[in-house]
Amino acid sequence: MYKYDEYDQQMVDARVAEFSDQVRRRLAGEITEDQFKPLRLMNGLYLQLHAYMLRVAVPYGTLDSRQMRMLAHIARKYDRDYGHFTTRQNIQYNWIKLEDAPAILADLASVEMHAIQTSGNCIRNISSDQWAGAAADEITDPRPWAELLRQWSSFHPEFSYLPRKFKIAVIAANEDRAAMRLHDIGIQIVEKDGQHGAAFYVGGGMGRTPMIAPLIKDFVPLDDMLSYAEACLRVYNRYGRRDNIYKARIKILIHELGADEYRRQVEEEFKHVKSLGIDPPKAEFDRIAAQFAPPALDASAPDAIDRSDPDFAVWVDQNVAKHKVSGHAIVNISLKPVGGIPGDASSAQIDLMADLAEQYSHDELRVTHAQNIVLPHVRKADLYAIWQALDAAGLATPNLDLISDIIACPGLDYCSLANARSIPVAQKIATRFSDLGRQKELGELKLKISGCINACGHHHAGHIGILGVDRKGIENYQLLLGGSGAEDVSLGTITGPGFDEDGIVDAIERVTDKYLAERTEGERFVDTFRRVGMAPFKEAIYG
Amino acid sequence: MKLLTGNDLKTGFVTWWTGADWSLHIEDAADVGEQGEAILAAEEGARRVNAPYIIAGEATADGPRPAHIKDRIRALGPTVRPDLTLKPADPAAGDWVI
Repeated sequence: MYKYDEYDQQMVDARVAEFSDQVRRRLAGEITEDQFKPLRLMNGLYLQLHAYMLRVAVPYGTLDSRQMRMLAHIARKYDRDYGHFTTRQNIQYNWIKLEDAPAILADLASVEMHAIQTSGNCIRNISSDQWAGAAADEITDPRPWAELLRQWSSFHPEFSYLPRKFKIAVIAANEDRAAMRLHDIGIQIVEKDGQHGAAFYVGGGMGRTPMIAPLIKDFVPLDDMLSYAEACLRVYNRYGRRDNIYKARIKILIHELGADEYRRQVEEEFKHVKSLGIDPPKAEFDRIAAQFAPPALDASAPDAIDRSDPDFAVWVDQNVAKHKVSGHAIVNISLKPVGGIPGDASSAQIDLMADLAEQYSHDELRVTHAQNIVLPHVRKADLYAIWQALDAAGLATPNLDLISDIIACPGLDYCSLANARSIPVAQKIATRFSDLGRQKELGELKLKISGCINACGHHHAGHIGILGVDRKGIENYQLLLGGSGAEDVSLGTITGPGFDEDGIVDAIERVTDKYLAERTEGERFVDTFRRVGMAPFKEAIYG
Repeated sequence: MKLLTGNDLKTGFVTWWTGADWSLHIEDAADVGEQGEAILAAEEGARRVNAPYIIAGEATADGPRPAHIKDRIRALGPTVRPDLTLKPADPAAGDWVI
């Protein structure tokens, strides 16, 4: 994985020093909160309901055991012994003291991490496929391109004050594990005539006005990728709606201009940008790509798995995925124990996952947008030892992609923007469906909960989505069906009137019962919904 | 009644105006009545508390309580982690929040 060069380290160290002085001045009363707020946000420090919250970037969700241990250290020393992994493949700490923030950022910098551009109207953390470099279906590892975009977008002087925040995802497989088309720019590395290029999807997003990104260019030669991205951003930066925060995302611009006109303007801009020479020389890209060289995996390693322990076999079937190298596997660690808080992990659990990565996964971990953790390069022969360690730590819940593998934002328990709590709803649903046989009977069912219209919990993209709203001071939950963030991307449709906290759990049970009654052989929930439509589900829900 | 609340500058913790100072405990909160804006302006100048604001509250036998659910959750802590609230040893402490 990528290691900082001296420029990367200097940039991060300089920012730590700068922010330390800003914090000192704020604590001394030399600057007001209005003056300080944009400075702290540039360093990922929010003020939430109960305390300051620090969001730490995990570029494209990749980190090593040393970095993971640092995340545990921060949770233990500066927070309340846990961290929250997010849908942006980042981690958040909920109980940070302002006076500790400089020390935390210095600790992060010591392991090549930071919180820069995890807030503000800039290009945020680049996200990617959590199985990158290991997936059997990818055409290449997308992370060198994601890293190139990270370097290009870090402190980009022209794009530090965009009309609104900007999110980019990069994948290189047809199976979309990164909700690519629900990003401001989604890039898929594709192959054409034996050459790799970048398909650009621009103008997707969730939030108040969910949109699926249209294809703007089906094949951009990779030598032009940065210039094309620059052109996409320039058109947005020039014409994005700075006058109205609700219309400021690029999706609104493209919707209003039309994809064809936006494409025309990007192409025109691209001709100019390409003359500026911002795409890196091949040697520089090769330097980056070399750091993502595949680990030395022994393809002759045993492929068989001893499944004599039935609990282990259940976990293997649900949480272990095919690796591109024979004898190896991808381990998905669920952070969704029944009744637990989706995405939360204690410092001890974070340390354990770091240890397992170091011992069994070539020192690599991934954070997923579904708020789970991945060990990407594991020998099948080591799976049982890994499972035993995870099981002892409460990390072996075999529910990947099942109804209890719920994405949930922090909601009104932590977030100052939220209108309703998300976590208790997730806990009640997971508890209602806690029987694993029942979950497996339902099959792949992606349930996603947001506590407000900003959609951090991706409710639009859930096969079943839940949106918490405030009805005159009372929490109310709207139900959506038929969304998907995957390659079959779609936006969910609201079923009708909302429910209270217990009512939404009952409604979901009626929906899943209806699915079981309606489905044909091999149909997932979302397939059945698309075939039969909303009407039978609506009747089951409301009578 | 009206309550004045904000977040402590150093810790970010939720804090309530007591009539003379700030407290972490909602039970200590004072009804600021029509004086809220003036106190708020003075306290903003003092720069000890971030973004103070006035909310509607209710007087109860157990002391003042915020009217809105968001501020009731702020007053005690996350409903999903009783161990992290201001009263972790009292399982009934959050009964009034939701």
